[in-house]
Amino acid sequence: MAPLLTVEDLRVTFPTRRGPSEVVRGVSFTLGRERLGIVGESGSGKSQTGRAILGLTPRPGVMTAKLLDFDGIDLRSATPAQWRKLRGARLSMVMQDPKFSLNPTMTIGQQLTEMLRFHARMSAAEKQRAALAMLEAVQIRDPDRVFRAYPHELSGGMGQRAMIAMMLVTEPDLLIADEPTSALDVTVQVEVLRILDRLVRDRGMGLIFISHDLRLVGSFCDRVLVMYAGRVVEELKASDLDKASHPYTRGLMNCLPQIDRDVRPLPVLQRDEAWAR
Amino acid sequence: MDAKDEGRHSALLSFLNRAGRLVVTVALTFLGLLLATFLIGRVVPIDPVLAVVGDRATQSTYDQAYKALGLDKSLAEQFWIYLQKVVTGDFGTSFMTKRPILEDIARTFPATLELATAGILIGTILGIPVGVWAAVRQGKLFDQIVRVLGLVGYSAPIFWLALVGLLLFYAKLGWVSGPGRIDISNEYVITRQTGIMLLDTALQGEWDAFRNAVSHLVLPASLLGYFSLAYISRMTRSFMLNELSQEYITTARVKGVPEWRIIWVHALRNAAVPLVTVVALSYATLLEGSVLTETVFAWPGLGLYLTNSLQSADMNAVLGATIVVGAVFIGLNLLSDLLYGLLDPRIRRRT
Repeated sequence: MAPLLTVEDLRVTFPTRRGPSEVVRGVSFTLGRERLGIVGESGSGKSQTGRAILGLTPRPGVMTAKLLDFDGIDLRSATPAQWRKLRGARLSMVMQDPKFSLNPTMTIGQQLTEMLRFHARMSAAEKQRAALAMLEAVQIRDPDRVFRAYPHELSGGMGQRAMIAMMLVTEPDLLIADEPTSALDVTVQVEVLRILDRLVRDRGMGLIFISHDLRLVGSFCDRVLVMYAGRVVEELKASDLDKASHPYTRGLMNCLPQIDRDVRPLPVLQRDEAWAR
Repeated sequence: MDAKDEGRHSALLSFLNRAGRLVVTVALTFLGLLLATFLIGRVVPIDPVLAVVGDRATQSTYDQAYKALGLDKSLAEQFWIYLQKVVTGDFGTSFMTKRPILEDIARTFPATLELATAGILIGTILGIPVGVWAAVRQGKLFDQIVRVLGLVGYSAPIFWLALVGLLLFYAKLGWVSGPGRIDISNEYVITRQTGIMLLDTALQGEWDAFRNAVSHLVLPASLLGYFSLAYISRMTRSFMLNELSQEYITTARVKGVPEWRIIWVHALRNAAVPLVTVVALSYATLLEGSVLTETVFAWPGLGLYLTNSLQSADMNAVLGATIVVGAVFIGLNLLSDLLYGLLDPRIRRRT
């Protein structure tokens, strides 16, 4: 089966006063209809990788790649009109914090139906029905209330479910989840993840799950890319996480405290200039 | 059904509660305004008695007038009397025009209202799109041009622009009519109803007079419009830049929403909330009466009246006009607060 997404030598560069600064430096991977985790500390370029795939590198940043192919479409030369057709309909992204990523002056219902407005030919009533069904699918108990609610009237977990509902209502082929649970309470995190997992699995989508939490990603994805300073330092199967060979990956693994062991002094993540080269 | 009724009942209660609180706030603000104007009237070194009796009056006449004006009473008592008078619409008589202040204001305020409204309409209808587009084209040529025009709008003296405008468009090109609100030949064609020239002429079907009034209004209104445009477009630009950098804009892009909709619906809808205050305050500033514009264009408005009264030490007129200006400010602030609540769901549904 041909891969859904092929990325080769992806680079994202921002001009600075001291010359161009490369935040993503030659990332390559392929993705089928599977769940791929991208892990790294903040500033490792994992979010910029996700945004570059959607063509949303913030200005004045510049994205280049040898190959950026989504289902036979060369994304590097996509026109704005092509992007608008792809985004939302076939590619979409769940963002970090529903407090900021939902428009505060539009109701959840308006934002959900807006997604359908540009990607599906439906009557207003059909759109509303589809939106309500989707809200139900993310396990919102009273979808009618949430449909009419403004984002500030929802809790974080509720808001993120609405966000997931919005991004999945058009049944895209590839979903990028950029730290979708980092802004939520720990108790809600698991629930939201379970919903996301089930929907992605049921619909057979490709998923890129971006997170700083290696263990979470390991339990949730099929494959893991570990990024450091804009490069992929290690790629491994989630089941082989224990066999990670790269010292940075091992460092990330060890930074979680374990209840049955008392390590003193606490381990510090070691960084080596050589990894970034 | 029961629950629904209950909900309606509590909604009514909360509305009454809010309305009640609003009335109290406005009343207190107005009381403060009256206290301030009253104290100003007592502090300034103008003897109100001399203004009545003249400086050649005998001591006994002076004393009589002094008592008649109630100046022998305590300050609190005087304020109480002043308050009662103001509430019944009695601001005293102007020494200059010998007419009740209220009559003078009713004559001058509509002129200012007409000019200021035309000005703010021009400033808002042009200023907001210009500001939005400047934000979208940040750093590009359009943005730079708007910035320079805005800078000129801020810093050029208005009387100079007004004179140049008159010289160019009235004297040389003849596109507009000169100073005044309407030609003398048209002045007695219409009877005064609202005091707003455009309305009066239109209501009476005097379309020649209407066109004449428009050609008188166009230049001063455009000037005031330009000044408010400079401010409104600059504020719109900065509010829009702030909104366009928010995460929900990225969300909209991820959704594949067309760029025009992201700008004019998503971002502008959110930027509109603080913009309401900017527009309302600009309008209030124009309603205060821009003395310089009214002077150059011989526009018989509130600003001109206030300045003339000040120069002839006509304290009753000055205080009366000040109260009107203050009331306008309170009213517009109130209006912008109400609109604020209407535009921002976070305020609207606060419980």
